[in-house]
Amino acid sequence: MKRLASVDDLPASCDLAIIGAGPAGLAAAAAAAECGLHVLVLDENPEPGGQIYRGLGAAPASRRQILGRDYERGDSLLSGMLGSTASYLSGATVWMASRDLEIGVSKDGMSRIIGARRILLATGALERPFPILGWTLPGVLTAGAAQGLLKSSGMVPQGPFVLAGTGPLLWLLASQLIAAEAPPLAILDTTLLATRSSVVGALPAFLASPYLLKGLRLMRSVRRKVRVIGGVTELRALGEGHLRSVAYRVGRGKTETINVEGLFLHQGIAPNVNMASAAGCDLAWDRVQLCWKPVTDSWGRSSVPGISIAGDGAGISGAEAAAGFGRLCGLDAAARLGRISEAERDERALPARRELSRYARGRRLLDLMFQPPDTFRRASPDAIVCRCEEITGRQVTEIVADFGEVGPNQLKSYLRCGMGPCQGRLCGLTVTEMIAAERNVSPSEVGYYRLRFPIKPVTLAEIATLPHDDDDVRAVVRG
Amino acid sequence: MFRRLPETYQGWVSLTIDGGVCVGREGDSVAALLLEAGYAACRNSAVSGEPRGPYCMMGVCFECLVEIDGIANRQACLVPIAEGMKVETGAGRRKVTP
Repeated sequence: MKRLASVDDLPASCDLAIIGAGPAGLAAAAAAAECGLHVLVLDENPEPGGQIYRGLGAAPASRRQILGRDYERGDSLLSGMLGSTASYLSGATVWMASRDLEIGVSKDGMSRIIGARRILLATGALERPFPILGWTLPGVLTAGAAQGLLKSSGMVPQGPFVLAGTGPLLWLLASQLIAAEAPPLAILDTTLLATRSSVVGALPAFLASPYLLKGLRLMRSVRRKVRVIGGVTELRALGEGHLRSVAYRVGRGKTETINVEGLFLHQGIAPNVNMASAAGCDLAWDRVQLCWKPVTDSWGRSSVPGISIAGDGAGISGAEAAAGFGRLCGLDAAARLGRISEAERDERALPARRELSRYARGRRLLDLMFQPPDTFRRASPDAIVCRCEEITGRQVTEIVADFGEVGPNQLKSYLRCGMGPCQGRLCGLTVTEMIAAERNVSPSEVGYYRLRFPIKPVTLAEIATLPHDDDDVRAVVRG
Repeated sequence: MFRRLPETYQGWVSLTIDGGVCVGREGDSVAALLLEAGYAACRNSAVSGEPRGPYCMMGVCFECLVEIDGIANRQACLVPIAEGMKVETGAGRRKVTP
């Protein structure tokens, strides 16, 4: 691997540009470089690994032990990339990946626009918004944030804290914090207890799933050490200027409060679709995973020629599946660019295909079991929906009541909802689902925010560092 | 609101937060160090002025914006700490000086 230091080291163009150095990006880079492609990996973080293998390269043995064996599975992915001929720029913010296959990237206040023959988006997932009252208070973070701090800095929450929500990550984090001797006071579990017929239908596949035993063992060991309060139907974070307590209700019971300094929220993850969407890739609503995902074929190709998408950014399927799919996308890029034949691609892809079908088994049950309840996916009247512009649930529902057939883009005009620096990443799903519920139509009918480049804030000073010649200057200078 | 596990460290890095000297470990992000140093909040919202602090720690939410070495609104969770760095918290709405 060739580590680039700054945007000055970037090539003017490459065969395959990969955005994101998580499992999908790493596996794709290794596979494509193996076939002789000139591969460039751009990643926003200081080190490769993505969120799942964050800090792996530098974690001491004691931290690795706390984080568990699944974390260490990233070692082979990292070494695969390190041993490859791919170029890699860390700390690089990609703010454009256009349908003309141009990539806008910034690092350390300097920008460049480079070309690629193909682009692979491996931008992963983000945590689903959890718009409860008080979720903007300092002291309220995501479970992923707590896990990231453990992975990259060996830090654990100090002072009394609770975890709240649903999903595999919440339980994994709990077990890791127990191993680090920093257990939460309690887990406020919002998982719906009602067994749905669909869950039962998905059960046989789950029994053959690699997730089953691991998951059950994990949950059982957490329950032995931490108080788990199940059936939570209401959650509020309380405090002035800082979180002081968490109020919750079980079923229709009375409201209880716990005094805490930290609250870590989680209710699943969703594809980070901003880049794909701004590039013009078609998105579709996933009715089981309750999120948008880009439309891709069996090789990860999106609706935009030349742009493919791998990993959780194409639909949540987990780290192991992301790596397998990344490999497929890397091989497909090589085939598309004529470095290997399609027959060779298919053959080399076989082991990854087999892995993928193994991890696909039981995924559906996992998705159904941990489907976050409606009440926590929609904001109550006084809770903030859009954190950047401080738009409440009431404001959203009132606009829909007043204007009828509105979508997320009208909310931008009326309320500035989704127009802050996060560009809808923390409110987009909530807004789509709330409008759909109010209008009594499906989320796919409501649609999503229209996203445009730059998808991350870039300063004018950074834009001004783009190389330009006299003609460029004459085009914009008056007189 | 975070503490370090008892691990063996090498590579301490010294910087200032709001003028006070603070020591972190190589590999920490500015946001991680802020949380360890007790800054659950690091800015005031540009709309209401309410205090806000790191939320996602992965570059998505833009809650951890601070001024780093004179450049405002940087995502503290994406910037690794460096020797001699100057971090300023508490910024609110961006001001434009003509």
